[in-house]
Amino acid sequence: MSLQEKYKQLIDAATTSGMNVREQDNVLYINGEATNGATKDNLWNIYGQIDPDFRGSDVVMDVNVNDTMAGSKVKVNTDKSNLNIRKGPGTDQPIVGKAAKDEMITLISKTNDQWWLVRTDAGEEGYAYAEYLNS
Amino acid sequence: MKLNRILMPLILFFSMFIISCGPKDADIKAAVDKTIQVDNGMAGITSSVTGGVVTLTGECESETSKAKCSDLAKSVKGVKSVINNCTVQMPVLVSPDDTLRKNLTDATKDYPGVTASVNDGVVTLTGNISRANLAKLMKSVNDLQPKKVQNQLTIK
Repeated sequence: MSLQEKYKQLIDAATTSGMNVREQDNVLYINGEATNGATKDNLWNIYGQIDPDFRGSDVVMDVNVNDTMAGSKVKVNTDKSNLNIRKGPGTDQPIVGKAAKDEMITLISKTNDQWWLVRTDAGEEGYAYAEYLNS
Repeated sequence: MKLNRILMPLILFFSMFIISCGPKDADIKAAVDKTIQVDNGMAGITSSVTGGVVTLTGECESETSKAKCSDLAKSVKGVKSVINNCTVQMPVLVSPDDTLRKNLTDATKDYPGVTASVNDGVVTLTGNISRANLAKLMKSVNDLQPKKVQNQLTIK
């Protein structure tokens, strides 16, 4: 079965959401900017229905959720632990502060897709892993 | 004589008409297709020709190759104008292995049972993960612009 057939539902949903979809060397690449987290979750749910264990090695889906702006407040979305705030963008960087789960902190700038520069209301400033920050 | 007087202008008229027609659309299409297949950046492009007007469709690798395509088509004899409907499709971006390795260290930090290795853009995940965390980890890894993700994790 071709990738186009196997992932038809995912391709249709991604295209409808304005994603860029293309196939190269038997891998389906889906990428683009989503206006909200629900769009990304929906695409991952469809992908998970087609390949529940994600074993196919035939999809790379990089959807960037763009619903947070520099200067706005973001919510700490860890499972239960505190979120580390680091001196630089990387887990090899020293921890300079912590933010509690569900705490609202200020997004100063998006350094890259993985690391954002943030400040807590207590004045601790540094880099936090973007996956744990929501609008 | 009388017949000649009628026939001659007719013959003259039709011969001029045939000459002014130039190459046929099918011939132009064949020539255009041959001309634009010069490099791989234009491999996916097809042409159609109506009355000497060439329409190009397909995917180009860059704006440069799209413009070059128009120029090449225009250079073909008999082409009156070119409508270029090609879309520019950027090649898939894959992060360098060093960048992937560094970012994978960050992405897998909170999943102690998981090991990630990188080879030529291909990320291989080994170790153990809970079903609840699998999709979360996959999302993080997919966001790092790998060429491919091979999930060899044992799902618990």
